[in-house]
Amino acid sequence: MSDVIVQHISKTYNKGAVKAVTDVSFAVKPGELFGLIGPDGAGKTSLFRVLATLLLPEGGSASLGGFDVVKDYKEIRKRLGYMPGRFSLYQDLTVEENLEFFATVFKTTIKTNYDLIRDIYVQIEPFKTRRAGKLSGGMKQKLALCCALIHRPEILLLDEPTTGVDTVSRKEFWEMLGRLKAEGITILVSTPYMDEATRCERIALMQDGRLLSVETPASIVAQYPGTLYAIRAANMSRLLQDLRKSEMLSSCNAFGEYHHLAFRQDTPEAHASLIRFLEVNTHEGVELKPVEPTIEDCFIRLMQP
Amino acid sequence: MKQFLAFVKKEFYHVFRDRKTVLMLFGLPIVQIVLFGFALSNEIKNTRIVVCDYARDAASQELITKMEVNRNFEVERSLMSQQQLEAAFKTGDIKMAVVFPANLNSDLQHLHKAQVQLIADASDPNTATTLTSYMNTIIASYQRDLLGDNPIPYQVVPEIRMLYNPELKGAFNFVPGVMALVLMLVCVMMTSVSIVREKEKGTMEVLLVSPFNPVFVIISKAIPYFVLSVVNLVIILLLSVYLLGMPINGNIFLLFGESALLIITAISLGLLVSNSTDSQQSAMLISIMVMMLPTMIFTGFMFPIENMPVPLQVISNVVPAKWYYIIVKAIMIKGLGFSAIWKETLILVGMNVLLLVVNIRKFKTRLA
Amino acid sequence: MDVVIKTEKLTKRYGDFIAANELTMDVYAGEIFGFLGANGAGKTTAMRMLCGLSLPSSGKATIAGYDIYKETEEIKKHIGYMSQKFSLYEDLTVRENIRFFGGIYGLPVRELKEKSEALLETLGLEKEAKTLVAALPLGWKQKLAFSVAVLHEPKIVFLDEPTGGVDPVTRRQFWDLIYAAADRGITIFVTTHYMDEAEYCNRISMMVDGVIKALDTPANLKKQYNAASMDDVFYELARGAKRKAD
Repeated sequence: MSDVIVQHISKTYNKGAVKAVTDVSFAVKPGELFGLIGPDGAGKTSLFRVLATLLLPEGGSASLGGFDVVKDYKEIRKRLGYMPGRFSLYQDLTVEENLEFFATVFKTTIKTNYDLIRDIYVQIEPFKTRRAGKLSGGMKQKLALCCALIHRPEILLLDEPTTGVDTVSRKEFWEMLGRLKAEGITILVSTPYMDEATRCERIALMQDGRLLSVETPASIVAQYPGTLYAIRAANMSRLLQDLRKSEMLSSCNAFGEYHHLAFRQDTPEAHASLIRFLEVNTHEGVELKPVEPTIEDCFIRLMQP
Repeated sequence: MKQFLAFVKKEFYHVFRDRKTVLMLFGLPIVQIVLFGFALSNEIKNTRIVVCDYARDAASQELITKMEVNRNFEVERSLMSQQQLEAAFKTGDIKMAVVFPANLNSDLQHLHKAQVQLIADASDPNTATTLTSYMNTIIASYQRDLLGDNPIPYQVVPEIRMLYNPELKGAFNFVPGVMALVLMLVCVMMTSVSIVREKEKGTMEVLLVSPFNPVFVIISKAIPYFVLSVVNLVIILLLSVYLLGMPINGNIFLLFGESALLIITAISLGLLVSNSTDSQQSAMLISIMVMMLPTMIFTGFMFPIENMPVPLQVISNVVPAKWYYIIVKAIMIKGLGFSAIWKETLILVGMNVLLLVVNIRKFKTRLA
Repeated sequence: MDVVIKTEKLTKRYGDFIAANELTMDVYAGEIFGFLGANGAGKTTAMRMLCGLSLPSSGKATIAGYDIYKETEEIKKHIGYMSQKFSLYEDLTVRENIRFFGGIYGLPVRELKEKSEALLETLGLEKEAKTLVAALPLGWKQKLAFSVAVLHEPKIVFLDEPTGGVDPVTRRQFWDLIYAAADRGITIFVTTHYMDEAEYCNRISMMVDGVIKALDTPANLKKQYNAASMDDVFYELARGAKRKAD
């Protein structure tokens, strides 16, 4: 089982003009399922490419399983399973041909490690003679995962494997990751979907090239200052506009069925005052209740300067 | 080794599953040969010449007979006025008119001097020059016949022999050029596009992060195109020999050997192009602009290099196809052996070594 | 309420394969209509037909009052479109993009100028007016692309996964823009993979295997399927889908 240690890694492009990753440090324990959560442009892909020995960092150092990403890249490449951001298997080869090819490249055969990929492969096996380019998004992800696992890597680096994929396929994918973790593989996953964060053992929140926090999901939620409330009314759009006018609130964001808000002064008087304010503005069916923050709430909070 | 073969197998899949490319790869040489061989010929064929014979005597008859000997000319006797001649030239009906004035023979006999008028359509100067010089030859030959018994002292009589290509067939010029063009096109463009495609699609990333040595990725891409180029070469040779009547006077193994050398040079150039760009489109553009056009212009089969200004002549030395062209003509048409072309071969080998060094330097085991 | 999109058994066949099967729905003016479904369910095919980009195989439909078979050019004039894959020209500046797209949609020159400047102010992009779009962060690009799509005040705007990959704050700002447009009477037809965004819609339809399996308000759907969230509704409906491949 291998660990991943990242120390003060920085990556810039265009001779320093673009600062993709700035001073990022974290450590992943052997066999851990670690999530890198952040939107587009956060620097996730650049960081992953440095870890995958595809790019040289401008500053800092990193090691995978004890091997340095700069000096020992050949050793890392033998032990790493990598799934880059967009689908990068051969579109005009069939599912089978792709898998066979990558098995051979990694000096193994499909049979050798079939037990590792079986659960995933059976879902795409009916399409094994279909050209990879003609698979749906979810199928492509599954195939790419199989090809990354075919040589039983010690570490798995998955760059946004669920982006653009529907909710059901996403759920299935994370279930597969959970089973892989049981095999002792260290897994680093990046994703822009905040709700997937809870599936990881520990997560790093990333924004604009920097880390906002590295904790277990539960800890991040526990660290949310104060109490978060959810509010609902008949006309949500108008509710949001009116809530923004209120000076009693320190934050207020749409969150689907409810809006989430935080009070400057969290007192029963403040709650009552708010409800009165809303009723005066002819809002109906107002419902206010405390609620546990989601990772997204925490991210928004941490994004604020 | 097994991995390398897996790569080569994959490359062959890629090539054959892309129907448009396959069509181009094999269609191109055939189209080019047919075009150059038949349609675009700068030989003079089927030219109409009008003879306005106002003399109708022994002299004019003799001259007309000599003209009609050449199968490429259609000699038509027709008495046309000045306007009729002008009209015929304007419509492009005729390329030359020969006017024999009345009393041709009697003038020759008594005045020892006669004039014949040759009017040629010089909107195509090449044709006009060829026709008029041909006519001059006929007239000179007639003159010699006349003087047969009384030769003029201090005569210089040129004896013309067209070596290697007595019938002055254009194919002899074009076919080696087409060979060079097709080989360069297939190897440079296809190889570079194939490598850059991996970069563009992202599969290169996955390959780099594998224990497989990336150098072999490149080599495995070269192999299908090498094989295809050899097949193309065979097709071109078959077409030229049986359809256009070209000979292969020299050693055919030497020919294939030198061709292999050019193919490798072209593949190395393709590699160089692929290292300089990240998009398939620009790989294609660079291949065409920087490789294809210079090959067409500077090889010497379309435009004689000797006629170009000196700086351009110097540039032509850098184009590998130019040396290949010389080599192929030497082997196929002149039937020469290695001793005649060792210098050109050495130049090609030198280019290869240089390219190899540059490519190794530029090769990246990372994305950037 | 006005019906801006009315379809009746709209179908698209590719040979034997029925990509969209007898779609029947009504969409009202000023509505935010969520169009959900797994990849391969037929969403893209349906959207293309509604945009006038692809002729249906059978069925009837009117978009903004224009017939889907005979008046596709009129349809295109009265709709706006924005997708993740393409929205703006990266090598043109912000202002150039606004002027260009406004021009394409037939806005007269003076009106276009006024609207461009107003738009730059609303989005807070006055300083970036001369910046190339490629240099903007993704979130700003998305917001700009949306604003450009509604510049000509179309009856309907089609949004294909407009908030993919963007940070949570920008996502919500984007939805503010959507609400503002809906308030002005523009109908929003949006597809998304974020289930919380499904909640922002007035009504949702879910496509599974080429068929519309559900069409109702989020609240009703949750009651119907006894689900706590839209996520669970989606899961219930999409779970048994046979068509997982495009």
